[in-house]
Amino acid sequence: MNATSPAAAPISIAPGREAPLLRPMLVTGRAYKHMVILLTGVISWGAFCFIYQGFIGLGLTGLRRPVFWAFFITDFVFWIGISHAGTLISAILRLSSASWRYPVTRAAEAITVFALGIGGVFPIVHLGRPWLFFWLAPYPNARMIWPNFRSPLEWDFFAISTYLTGSALYLFLPMLPDLALARDRSQGWRHRLYRFLAMSWQGTQQQWHRLELAIQLMAAVVIAIAVSVHTIVSWDFSMAIVPSWHSTIFGPYFVAGAIFSGIAALILIMAILRRVYHLEDYLQPKHFNNLAKLLLTMTLLWGYFVFAESITTWYGNLPAEMPAFWSKISGHYAPLFWAMVLCNFVIPFPILAIKRLRTITGMVIASITILIGMWLERFLIVVPGAATQRFAFDNWYGYFPHWTEISISLATLAAMALLYMVFSKLFPIISIWDVVGQAPAPTGEGIAEPGPGGAP
Amino acid sequence: MLIDLNVCTGCSACVVACRAENNIPITGAHEAARNGTIQWLHIDRAWSGGQDDFSVESRPITCQQCDAAPCEPVCPVLATYTNSEGLCVQVYNRCVGTRYCALNCPYDQRFFNWFDYQWPTPMEVQLNPDVSRRTRGVMEKCSFCSQRVLAAERAARSEGRPLREDEVQPACVQTCPAQALLFGDLADPDSRIARAWRHPRLETLLEELGTLPRVRYVRRQDAPGAEALQPGAEDDE
Repeated sequence: MNATSPAAAPISIAPGREAPLLRPMLVTGRAYKHMVILLTGVISWGAFCFIYQGFIGLGLTGLRRPVFWAFFITDFVFWIGISHAGTLISAILRLSSASWRYPVTRAAEAITVFALGIGGVFPIVHLGRPWLFFWLAPYPNARMIWPNFRSPLEWDFFAISTYLTGSALYLFLPMLPDLALARDRSQGWRHRLYRFLAMSWQGTQQQWHRLELAIQLMAAVVIAIAVSVHTIVSWDFSMAIVPSWHSTIFGPYFVAGAIFSGIAALILIMAILRRVYHLEDYLQPKHFNNLAKLLLTMTLLWGYFVFAESITTWYGNLPAEMPAFWSKISGHYAPLFWAMVLCNFVIPFPILAIKRLRTITGMVIASITILIGMWLERFLIVVPGAATQRFAFDNWYGYFPHWTEISISLATLAAMALLYMVFSKLFPIISIWDVVGQAPAPTGEGIAEPGPGGAP
Repeated sequence: MLIDLNVCTGCSACVVACRAENNIPITGAHEAARNGTIQWLHIDRAWSGGQDDFSVESRPITCQQCDAAPCEPVCPVLATYTNSEGLCVQVYNRCVGTRYCALNCPYDQRFFNWFDYQWPTPMEVQLNPDVSRRTRGVMEKCSFCSQRVLAAERAARSEGRPLREDEVQPACVQTCPAQALLFGDLADPDSRIARAWRHPRLETLLEELGTLPRVRYVRRQDAPGAEALQPGAEDDE
């Protein structure tokens, strides 16, 4: 199993340089175990709530006519948005050969896969009969019934499954050399696991060349998929004739919002990783600083989109649109709306724009407020449009979530944390070959070139 | 279906008949207070005028059975579609409960089964055996009493004759004491409804959305602005 010749080593690497990056996988502290128990408890509670809701019926939730969508759809859009961290950050940085990306990409790609998995659960949780969710899949059946390909929800089904496949591949491919390294350094069940996953990676020139090609190709593909996925999620709303949902701006608006919340999630998770796993040497302030600049750009872009969306609605003054609009600006949902503006723009903008405030602590604060603000944004897109008077009929309903909805939503936060913790125990959370490795020989431009060597 | 607002008194007999015919669950006061009721047909009241000199217009509203129904294309599992007779049908067994159709219905005439509803004794013994009880988690809406249409068609087919015009009446039409509701086959050019369909004072709800409803209303003669809008129409009666 141990290759002897240097050319056949999975990664050519200076002795000992990989140890700090492998340590999180090998050393498990007591706090970690306590955290796993706590998170498992929260997730079990959420699962119980879901099963309970399945037996009683969706009447358990705060949903009533005409607010047929609320918390779960908000969570769905929110998590799909978070999932844009990985692809759009790591893939764009990879294609643009930004060399500071090396320690960031793996963490970002993992967020994508887990957030997508969690986001993809919500449309099922939200179904009236969740046990029949597979009817959305076009499988051969005796009654010759196919799903309705005209429905935006059906597009969602394909968009999300495509994105999940693509982003899982995009997470897996750059991990191959690291898996082979782990295979060579481990015993027991871990060795068997890594041997299976490493797919007999030996680090030959040809393998590096193919890997490089595959990663480059997936990076390009995954960007296209990511943009289309959140556009399709936005079309769930803009294809409907519900006033204030029916908006042409929603496609780019949702994609921008997704990248915005994705970067915030990435900064937050990187800060936690850096603290918990003592990765200060790898996740340096310059990486945070670069991400913060991206986040600043997205803050401005988000502010622009909200302004453009609001001003056109207000100026157009269509009778059907105005009840939902005013409920957000000065009515029932105004506190949430202005809290969103505060969280997404007023607080993060100065923190990210002023260099003195752009510390890691500052960025974590900005990221947390942005995550809260983006959740509120999704809520304010979904609910007021459905809840306020639509068209001629005076038929409104003040939505308030039930504790099961809140529990299930919180449980998915715990699920994200738990998945991430387990992932970081099983796989190197920072790409070892990118950061401390040296590729055997330059085989072309781009990713196979030696890492930045920024680490000591 | 044609609904004559001049004749409708707002007595709500149609609402009760609909509930009895179609096994519409009784959701109780608590649900009624939070918009959790199911009513395939309801009377929409529009008040106008001052405190002493007011008038009220009662308008029965039900599924408008749109030709270009916005609820249909959005269903991911094809649980709702326009059938060969032009009805917008809901297939309970196929519905998975995304509730997208309900959001996309501009008339808000789709209802969700939030719970498994029970009928208080002895009301369960009067459930209509021709209509299925809906389980929790599916949408439902007015079907124009399709069970009656089907039964009449079966009877006509077994006797080898075409369906007669007066054979099918939905429960609301049958019950209306003022005969404000008219139901029939628009495909038959000689039917009463086909002739009435050209009435000059007809209106459809939210016509600007282009949903092409198959329910039309005869506007009231004393409706505000009726003369101004249709000066010639007043003389037709």
